[in-house]
Amino acid sequence: MSLDTEVKDGVDQETVDAVREVGGAYKYGWETEIEMDYAPIGVNEDIVRLISEKNKEPQWMTDWRLEAFARWKLMKEPDWAMVDYPQIDFQEIYYYAAPKSMADKPKSLDDVDPKLLETYKKLGIPLKEQMILAGVEGAEDIPAEGRKVAVDAVFDSVSVGTTFQEELKKAGVIFCSISEAIQEHPELVKKYLGSVVPQSDNFYATLNSAVFSDGSFVYIPPNTKCPMELSTYFRINAENTGQFERTLIIADEGSYVSYLEGCTAPMRDTNQLHAAVVELVILDDAEIKYSTVQNWYPGDEDGKGGIYNFVTKRADCRGKRSKVMWTQVETGSAVTWKYPSCILRGDDSQGEFYSIAIANNLQQADTGTKMVHLGKNTKSRIVSKGISAGKAQNTYRGLVSMHPRAKDSRNYTQCDSLLIGDKCGAHTVPYIEVKNNSSRVEHEATTSKVDDDQLFYCRQRGMDEEEAVALVVNGFCKEVLQALPMEFAMEAQALVAISLEGSVG
Amino acid sequence: MLDIKNLHVGLEEEDKQILKGVDLKIGAGEVHAIMGPNGSGKSTLSYVLSGKDGYEVTDGSAELNGEELLEMEPEERAAAGLFLAFQYPVEIPGVGNMTFLRTAVNAQRKARGEDELSAGEFLKVIRAKAKDLEIDADMLKRPVNVGFSGGEKKRNEILQMAMLEPKMCILDETDSGLDVDAMKLVSHGVNALRDAGRSFLVITHYQRLLDHIKPDVVHIMANGRIIKSGGPELALEVENNGYADLLAEVA
Ligand SMILES: Nc1ncnc2c1ncn2[C@@H]1O[C@H](COP(=O)(O)OP(=O)(O)OP(=O)(O)O)[C@@H](O)[C@H]1O
Ligand SMILES: [Mg+2]
Repeated sequence: MSLDTEVKDGVDQETVDAVREVGGAYKYGWETEIEMDYAPIGVNEDIVRLISEKNKEPQWMTDWRLEAFARWKLMKEPDWAMVDYPQIDFQEIYYYAAPKSMADKPKSLDDVDPKLLETYKKLGIPLKEQMILAGVEGAEDIPAEGRKVAVDAVFDSVSVGTTFQEELKKAGVIFCSISEAIQEHPELVKKYLGSVVPQSDNFYATLNSAVFSDGSFVYIPPNTKCPMELSTYFRINAENTGQFERTLIIADEGSYVSYLEGCTAPMRDTNQLHAAVVELVILDDAEIKYSTVQNWYPGDEDGKGGIYNFVTKRADCRGKRSKVMWTQVETGSAVTWKYPSCILRGDDSQGEFYSIAIANNLQQADTGTKMVHLGKNTKSRIVSKGISAGKAQNTYRGLVSMHPRAKDSRNYTQCDSLLIGDKCGAHTVPYIEVKNNSSRVEHEATTSKVDDDQLFYCRQRGMDEEEAVALVVNGFCKEVLQALPMEFAMEAQALVAISLEGSVG
Repeated sequence: MLDIKNLHVGLEEEDKQILKGVDLKIGAGEVHAIMGPNGSGKSTLSYVLSGKDGYEVTDGSAELNGEELLEMEPEERAAAGLFLAFQYPVEIPGVGNMTFLRTAVNAQRKARGEDELSAGEFLKVIRAKAKDLEIDADMLKRPVNVGFSGGEKKRNEILQMAMLEPKMCILDETDSGLDVDAMKLVSHGVNALRDAGRSFLVITHYQRLLDHIKPDVVHIMANGRIIKSGGPELALEVENNGYADLLAEVA
């Protein structure tokens, strides 16, 4: 039996321990007391200029932001998603909050406020080798140091430090905060920023273009396999603060990178806004794997508090035979509005989307993907697993579009929903457009309930009810968990268990 | 070991009595068999003892080593040593057989305050036991019971029993659907587990199984009651003459 299979098989001891330990509470709900530097509340041109200035940006960047802001003022918030939340007052949000100690950006992790580092340590960053080893069959075969993961940590509005910079530099990989990239690599940023998600794309993306404060930047040079996994951890800490980060990843010809993104936020009874933009550019024969474990605070059982998560993520498979794989585990947020998409522009390019979306209590999730086939012989695959518990609503929305030039292209969509209890809902909304006659689109959808016989079988063998549900649900999600890098797969399994706490009985 | 007294059970959802006063006492190390016509309440007895939802106990008691079973959660009964080999084993898609068993074994150990088995120890034990039951590595990896043949499912139940090392084992028609060779494997598996501290309640329709697993006592259940108990010869009598005479006797 290989190492991978046992870990990803379903639930393991970690999951069970995690459930016991947490005892129903949101694990990441503490806040860090750090002196913060805020911009005045609300948004206007001056705030946009201020953010630009804080980041010491050149004029072209300030202009780009202002242009976006001018557009945003004319736009309206979309209302087509199956989510329901009170009107957001965009003037009641802080658009910039940074730990005071970051006013002068640190040169290395040594310069970072130890409290911040403590925060990240609590979040399990960097991902500990013991996590790889714990409870894993065949662990003795793994080299002692485990796998390396370079981490960029974003705390409220700013990036607080990136690890393994030197080692990455040797390989020619650029991994830094986007504000640093704007200063150090303006030619790359100018060329690619907004080239996948244009300023005018949608309400939240346009707002992000105007006020994004930081985020991660990655460039992988031609014919380079990034020597380690790259990872960004986002943390919203300050109250009433919006987080608008921007991620830009460019995989040049023949390169490969696996990128992990994790998110948490403290428990608060007011809602917090998160509106990120992620742009991936993939050139000829290159490949990006992008994995997300999103665990923003979902609000309490009565639906009070929680993160509003409105995110635009898009991959542009610009090159021939380019490949992208989005994998996401969405357990958090009060409201999620998110559709990681693939533009399959290059001939023979491939897009894959694997998703687990869990909604419990009063959470609302409207997620899905768009596969836009433009090039010849392009392929896409969608595997979506939606789990609803409590009174939650979970909607899958998927667009598959085959353009006239996209001859001989294929899509396969599998969309499964699992219901726990009878007060929750699952909805599947496929949109399919095929504009040539040599392409094929397949769509399969199922809805099932957690079966009492399965739970009784598990309990007769000694598991308690929550362990049993976690096991059955992890089984339901298996195909997606398998698509995650190993470190994340374990974390994701634990999250699945935690986020379903109290969903039975 | 197991002491059932005057057990009356009905359905929760509808007004229907299924068990109408069952008395059954199984001593430590004993093997008892229950035979009886279809629908007489044999599986119901096994479900009620293991704590399945949907049944209502209206009278009586069931003790396992002096502890009242009927008040415990199903997983507490399991940790106390009760095991049911299901008449219809349940499929759990996506959950590896091995993961399932390891989770179960460790859950029980935890509940009893014992140390968990490490991955390595667990693997060693399960490989040896699977081999005895001719369960190959592939079946251990596959999702629990999914796509297993009838006979494979039953062998898998015995593997679970061997791994969990329960004190009181209830086998509900574990012989149904087994070919001759599988029957030998399963019987061998059960016999290997027989010892002074472990008891069995074997529900079956066929004398054949009892040739391999020699019972101390055979009970006949009809219409929610045990109508007759005796030695192994009682099973032979059923095999040869059916239930008509026995039913007539009590009528
Ligand atoms: N959940 C239920 N709903 C309705 N009827 C039930 C239920 N459970 C059991 N019964 C009924 O109770 C009676 C006893 O069923 P049980 O399964 O215990 O019989 P059995 O002795 O195991 O039969 P077999 O030899 O066919 O396995 C049957 O008439 C069955 O239809
Ligand atoms: Mg039966």
